[in-house]
Amino acid sequence: MNKSSLKKINSLTELQKLIEYWAGRPQPEKIVSLSAASCGRASGALQIASALEKCLEEFKLDGRVELKLTGCHGFCQLEPDLIIFPEGYFYPNLRPEQVPAVVEKTLLAGEFIPELAFTDPHSGKVYRRIFELPLYQKQLRWLLDAHLKLDPSSLEDYFAQQGFSALLKVLRWDNQERVIDLITASGLRGRGGAGFPTGLKWRLARKTESQEKYLICNGDEGDPGAYMDRGLLESNPFSVVEGMIIGGYATGARKGFIYIRQEYPLAVARMEAARQSCYQAGLLGEKILGTEFSFDLEIIRGAGAFVSGEETALIASVEGRRAFPRQRPPFPVVSGLFGQPTVINNVETWANVPLIIRQGPEWFSQVGTTTSKGTKIFSLVGQVKFTGLVEVPLGISISEVVQEIGGGAPKGRKIKAVQTGGPSGGCLPVSMFNLPLDYEALQAAGTIMGSGGMIVLDDSTCLVDLALYFLRFAVSESCGKCVPCRLGTAQMVDILERITRGEGQLADLEQLNKLGRVMQKGSLCGLGRTAANPVLSGLRYFREEFETHVVRKQCPALVCRKLITYAIDREKCRRCYLCLKNCPFGAIKKEPDGWPYVDEELCQSCGLCLNTCPKEFGAVFKKPRYREVSEERPMDDENNKGPGRK
Amino acid sequence: MNSNLKPQERIRQLLRHYPRERHHLINFLHLVQAEFGYLPEEVVELLSEHFSVSPAEIFGVATFYSSFRIDRPAEHEIQVCQGTACHVRGAEAILEEFSRQLDKYYGEQNWSGKVSLKKVNCLGCCAISPVAMVDGLLESRVTPAKVKAIVRKLSKNDSPESQRERDEQE
Repeated sequence: MNKSSLKKINSLTELQKLIEYWAGRPQPEKIVSLSAASCGRASGALQIASALEKCLEEFKLDGRVELKLTGCHGFCQLEPDLIIFPEGYFYPNLRPEQVPAVVEKTLLAGEFIPELAFTDPHSGKVYRRIFELPLYQKQLRWLLDAHLKLDPSSLEDYFAQQGFSALLKVLRWDNQERVIDLITASGLRGRGGAGFPTGLKWRLARKTESQEKYLICNGDEGDPGAYMDRGLLESNPFSVVEGMIIGGYATGARKGFIYIRQEYPLAVARMEAARQSCYQAGLLGEKILGTEFSFDLEIIRGAGAFVSGEETALIASVEGRRAFPRQRPPFPVVSGLFGQPTVINNVETWANVPLIIRQGPEWFSQVGTTTSKGTKIFSLVGQVKFTGLVEVPLGISISEVVQEIGGGAPKGRKIKAVQTGGPSGGCLPVSMFNLPLDYEALQAAGTIMGSGGMIVLDDSTCLVDLALYFLRFAVSESCGKCVPCRLGTAQMVDILERITRGEGQLADLEQLNKLGRVMQKGSLCGLGRTAANPVLSGLRYFREEFETHVVRKQCPALVCRKLITYAIDREKCRRCYLCLKNCPFGAIKKEPDGWPYVDEELCQSCGLCLNTCPKEFGAVFKKPRYREVSEERPMDDENNKGPGRK
Repeated sequence: MNSNLKPQERIRQLLRHYPRERHHLINFLHLVQAEFGYLPEEVVELLSEHFSVSPAEIFGVATFYSSFRIDRPAEHEIQVCQGTACHVRGAEAILEEFSRQLDKYYGEQNWSGKVSLKKVNCLGCCAISPVAMVDGLLESRVTPAKVKAIVRKLSKNDSPESQRERDEQE
């Protein structure tokens, strides 16, 4: 859509007519929807796009077929993918050379091409249509379905999906309290992790008397393994803008800031384009749509600091300072940005607002548990068959998400745990998988809902190593302002490193627990208070695994490098000596009879031999470095001290 | 660098029409970094004047955030994602392999000026993990073999002849 064609909308009636026009416009014969968010582009979506454009022109289809470069379709592992509407045919992992066939057969002749379809690698079943795919079965895609037919740079496309009709409704009511009542009644809670009721937050900000008030959209999605907000910002930027305009109207704020982490360049670009379109159309700026209400929006790029996701640190960062959190109270709704009342909500929270206004609070709250309403987007990733961005009704069990939507473990693997909430969350074992996704239930179980990262772990993941990974992350991201977080995280890393080296003692586990409690109680902000969660939940549910590292000096998942070594299976080895040639430490030697073997004294467990051994042989395997430590040999025995020995 | 001006002059030029409110500081630092690839030391004093805050404050912000750098960058930048999904799919081994291949193609300890190899916290493409960003382009499902191909391509562009020699040796 040509952006310069956007005319300023001068009244509410004009907006209504526009929405009616675009929503009622006859659909083209076919819509070809190509996923072109960051994941899609990394997998070659733009090459597909140019191949498609060329083909459409060649077959003179450009008028009848509309090619849309949309945002995320959700089945991220199959990018780039193509959906052809109205049938909903789905072609995953497309390559440019396959494009002519798609155009000729499916677009011209209306035939489906089974060879290009998604085939379940395990059952061999061929899936023709997108909503037949297992990943989509149990989802409730209130927010995500909009992405499928929406060009994120087109305001008209957003109108076609009833976009800005919520704003229209709100401005016609001319009653701010009514908006807040409605959001409160819907039961919407903050989607960034803490789950604070959105309606209450807005009311507190509205009640605070002040000349200036601000809104902030928190798009500093720092949890490793989570990308729901990137998905929304890249795929449907207008919904976030509309949510914020409504929020500004309801709370009395005249200015909003969208803070996006700089690791998401495409999200920044799309939000900026959406912002400019809205200014041109008179949906942002002075006297919006001819009413007395004015609202300005600015985009701020983050600069790489996990702590700036914490709201008081975020405020500091928006102000152009170092992202240091500060003591609360006063809460931002009373004294936030530039010392003024400020409402901070997460991207997904803002995106939910127009939906709730449009459909009503009863519609929204019909789904969920007593305290957690509506849907939540999760990024389902890790060791699971199907990975992607999924949206589910709150209250659904973890098992339904992992086993049914995610399809369970890949062949030959066994799921061990699921990690939610990123570095602030914890791991839940399979035995807890019947737990509902609900803010309170997850917290009671020692993890948090978080912003929606859900990482599935199988038996090849070591929980000690994972805890160490998160704590190292916390050390490097701790801002250093308060002692419990700054020193506590470093101390935990020290202890965990010792354990992964096989030099831990049982007392270390108690020490970890104690440290964790102190950090939870004594840290200044959410980062420090939750930083110990990965360790504490690990100790709570996987204590045995920690103890095995300490007592038997073994890593059951064969991950901790100092505790493993490699060996060569003679049954499978073809004596190509690739491993021997590639070993950087000369640790692979030849027996007199010509068989290669690993000299464990020299082996540094780099794993190069495993990688170089041709896949079809698969003769190199991992094994514990230390055999059973028997009872009669005490742990401080010279021979069993682990790799410390010389 | 798309200008022949000295950093000081170019930054002054950029600042000419830039708002003076403090909260534009980080966005401006992004602008300078996009221009020079790093933050030249002149930035501190000039911005201190422009935004009316102490030089120490500017330096503090410039060094607090991990995406700003105050030293000249290498010609190529490789960022290996260390997000959780990448971690459990072997991101650490990928990082090591990059280092090993760089040693091989550029000579040991010889690549630090030409290539910078960094860890990055989650690039948000977890479903196609492990991922790495090579000169701004995202590489998905990175394997040791792919690492080798990436490094080979980088070094090839750097010096075509030495590459041919290495290829012949293999």
